[in-house]
Amino acid sequence: MRYLPLTDADRRSMLATIGVPSIDSLYRDVPDAARLDAPIDGLPLHAGEMEVERAISAMAARNVPASDVPCFLGAGAYRHHVPATVDYLIQRGEFLTSYTPYQPEVSQGTLQVLFEFQTQVALITGMDVANASMYDGATACAEAVLMANRVTRRNRAVLSGGLHPHYRDTVRTLARFIGFSLDEAEADAAGTEDLAARIDGETSCLVVQTPSVFGHLTDLGPLAEACRAKGVLLIAVVAEIVSLGLLKPPGAMGADIVAAEGQSIGNGLNFGGPHVGLFAARTKHVRQMPGRLCGETVDVDGRRGFVLTLSTREQHIRREKATSNICTNSGLCALAFTIHLSLLGEDGFRQLAKVNHARAVRLADRLAGLPGVSVLNTGFFNEFTVRLDRPAAPVVDALAERGVLAGVPVSRLYPERPDLADLLLVAATETVTDDDEDALLAALRETLR
Amino acid sequence: MNTQGRPTRGAETGASNGETITGNRGLMMEEPLIFEADTPGACGVDLAEPVTADRRLGGLEREGPVGLPGLTEPQVVRHYTRLSQQNLGIDTTMYPLGSCTMKHNPRINEKLARLPGFASLHPMQPMSTVQGALALIDALADWLKRLTGMPAVAMTPGAGAHGELCGMMAIRAALEHHGQTDRTHVLVPESAHGTNPATAAALGFTVDRIPATDEGRVDLAAFKERLDDGVAAIMLTNPNTCGLFEGDIVDIADALHAAGGYFYCDGANFNAIVGRVRPGDLGIDAMHINLHKTFSTPHGGGGPGSGPVVLSDALAPFAPIPSVVHGPEGLRLAEQTEGETAHSLGRLKGFHGQMGMFVRALAYILSHGADGLRQAAGDAVLNANYLLARLGEELTAPFPGPCMHEVLFDDHFLKDTGVTTLDMAKALVDEGFHPMTMYFPLVVHGALLVEPTESESKATLDAFADTVLALARRAKAGDAEYFAGAPYLTPRRRLDETAAARKPILRWTPPAPESQAAE
Repeated sequence: MRYLPLTDADRRSMLATIGVPSIDSLYRDVPDAARLDAPIDGLPLHAGEMEVERAISAMAARNVPASDVPCFLGAGAYRHHVPATVDYLIQRGEFLTSYTPYQPEVSQGTLQVLFEFQTQVALITGMDVANASMYDGATACAEAVLMANRVTRRNRAVLSGGLHPHYRDTVRTLARFIGFSLDEAEADAAGTEDLAARIDGETSCLVVQTPSVFGHLTDLGPLAEACRAKGVLLIAVVAEIVSLGLLKPPGAMGADIVAAEGQSIGNGLNFGGPHVGLFAARTKHVRQMPGRLCGETVDVDGRRGFVLTLSTREQHIRREKATSNICTNSGLCALAFTIHLSLLGEDGFRQLAKVNHARAVRLADRLAGLPGVSVLNTGFFNEFTVRLDRPAAPVVDALAERGVLAGVPVSRLYPERPDLADLLLVAATETVTDDDEDALLAALRETLR
Repeated sequence: MNTQGRPTRGAETGASNGETITGNRGLMMEEPLIFEADTPGACGVDLAEPVTADRRLGGLEREGPVGLPGLTEPQVVRHYTRLSQQNLGIDTTMYPLGSCTMKHNPRINEKLARLPGFASLHPMQPMSTVQGALALIDALADWLKRLTGMPAVAMTPGAGAHGELCGMMAIRAALEHHGQTDRTHVLVPESAHGTNPATAAALGFTVDRIPATDEGRVDLAAFKERLDDGVAAIMLTNPNTCGLFEGDIVDIADALHAAGGYFYCDGANFNAIVGRVRPGDLGIDAMHINLHKTFSTPHGGGGPGSGPVVLSDALAPFAPIPSVVHGPEGLRLAEQTEGETAHSLGRLKGFHGQMGMFVRALAYILSHGADGLRQAAGDAVLNANYLLARLGEELTAPFPGPCMHEVLFDDHFLKDTGVTTLDMAKALVDEGFHPMTMYFPLVVHGALLVEPTESESKATLDAFADTVLALARRAKAGDAEYFAGAPYLTPRRRLDETAAARKPILRWTPPAPESQAAE
């Protein structure tokens, strides 16, 4: 087996050194009844690289990659161009095959990357500090609610009706099992909800996604003021991080915590994972933050260096008193994010956002011109909601047959709301071409005829 | 180019003290923060012009710059290449971090995970366009069920700790379903990973520690003593964190089940027993599997991981959504808590799990096959026992062997030398090895937990053993001063972690303009 360096001669000699007759005898503590004496029946035996590649490539070939067709899907995962440099650099073995940087002397590379990542996240969100990443946007959002509960010592979170249903459901699961209450606003397809009226002195946090899952933009300023007056933390959720190249950052509008999905920068769609959760907060709450943090320090020779820090919040030190049970973060995805954002830089990040927004503006205008289609949004970034004259899901399926991934039918996210079944979420990023646009328009026109 | 045949052999003058003008040391480059390398206006991408100048931002446009630095592509490549060179990885050297299973990461797995048919799939595409992806998840799930002898598996948890959360939520959901909400205690051995008590406590359980025997196993008598109708579950790692198989595990499971509790097994150490023991045969109700350990998906400097949870029949109805189900039109995702998933504990993260990790894990599994997985586990255990035998010459093992895939030493052998476990680890770094896990598990003093994995050759194990033995002898010979200063040859040495925590600096901030700085 190509991955196993021991030869049979090695094994014999090592067993002799140990003083046992066989590898099996090393398993003598296993109860006899549970010990298997041969490979498990009915499973294939080892295979060469070529055979494995064939088997798995055959599965890949049965899918329609979003990169191959006109694609207008969003709803929390976005098709963007990732420069080849990013994937080349993250595959360097020193990054790819290293562990969490608990040993700083042999991990300054990963640690400096995390320090740069934390700085980048703080800069684009307009916040003071950020952690070294979370599993994804939904879990970052759920951890933000838990943090707000700790900070405020209150137990009721208010969720906007514009929050992605997967984020809402992830929070809901924690609410049920960890024990706090939720006030969930109705799905806000129109972008008109009044959230300030829902908060009071019992509320720990108000969770608002902007752009919302329906694409609407929210000025967080007035909400932040309302929250401050009642001692409530404002959690801003950003599911499309590229939007911050063009939009006012949540930190500048008074958010206390930002929970975001970073997939759009540096990371592929990957059928939904792995992605990378971003988490930023105010300095005064740093000791209540979940997840790993990298900090600057000096070494014994007085040189600047980096270490994981404030680990007394974490499970491996605090055990049952930890702020979160999280152990792993999304290190390699955070590295990809950092490298891509470094390539973009100030000018590229802002330009990328402009290109995205312009694509969406033009597409919205063209779609609005189709019979049977209306656009719900007045403001949006690179994704908006359209109303069709019939249920959207069958239309999406029909367009998929024609080789166009038209968008996400709202019924997939809100199956319990038949009144929203005619709605379709449409996203347009820099990867959309004029031809893609034409293909969508033509296919939609014919299907709606 | 040396086309003239000039002699390149230098004189042995000993004149250099290792100091250089740049601070670089040969192949080891000093590298500033990316923010300190800013060239305003430089950019590493070339983007098209926007197709329209119209804006629909409702007056919420960003004002002022973000503050990101500008760099071109070659500058970015060099920066991160240099940073990578300040890291150790499995590709570089043996990485015997106990409890972490730092094994070889095959590159075919990377290649396959990057096929557009997986990497470029949007999670919300119509089911008809992702049948191959669902089939891959289903195939991996089938392998995991067969390898563990368990009837069900939840694929969505994002990492091991997330899997623990999932498994313990399933147990809570089952207790609630059966009206047993007065079962509020979770028993956790003293040697457990920190995530175990953290998970149980996060879910509102009271954590009770159960003691270990002198042989490093759960004290069965004390465990049985503790069982009553307030016990919800035990969380037990097997093989345990001392690297030992819990031989009483079936008795533990029987007694626990008789008392109405559920058995959560921390599967972090599954690598020792794959293909040799099925957790399902041991009476386990839930166990997470770290795909980034046992099935070799790269650790990536701290994630992303993936932590599927196998479940018994008793817990299967409570598995999280979404899950892949077989239907009349092929495979589909059950994304709502209704019908067959009506009792589901709910959603744990966005979308459908760590697909990129699933592809890598399945490639690893297919490469090994049932025979190769069994051999890999056996080799991992053989390597650990070989190190136990060889290192036992100078080091002290708190428990007799055989061990499983990792071997535990305490710091008894360092008594009165003035050298600590930490010093030993730092000295190993200079010798070109990643240190072992230190001070974990907590049940022995000054723990050194060594997990070589099956990826190391006998020659590497011998080199490692020779090095550790020589260091141990050096410590015993009274050279504590050497150890106190180690490592000497790394990019940074003995960083001040206390100062970092006392006054945290968690981000770069631009230097104050000179006029202000002068004031």
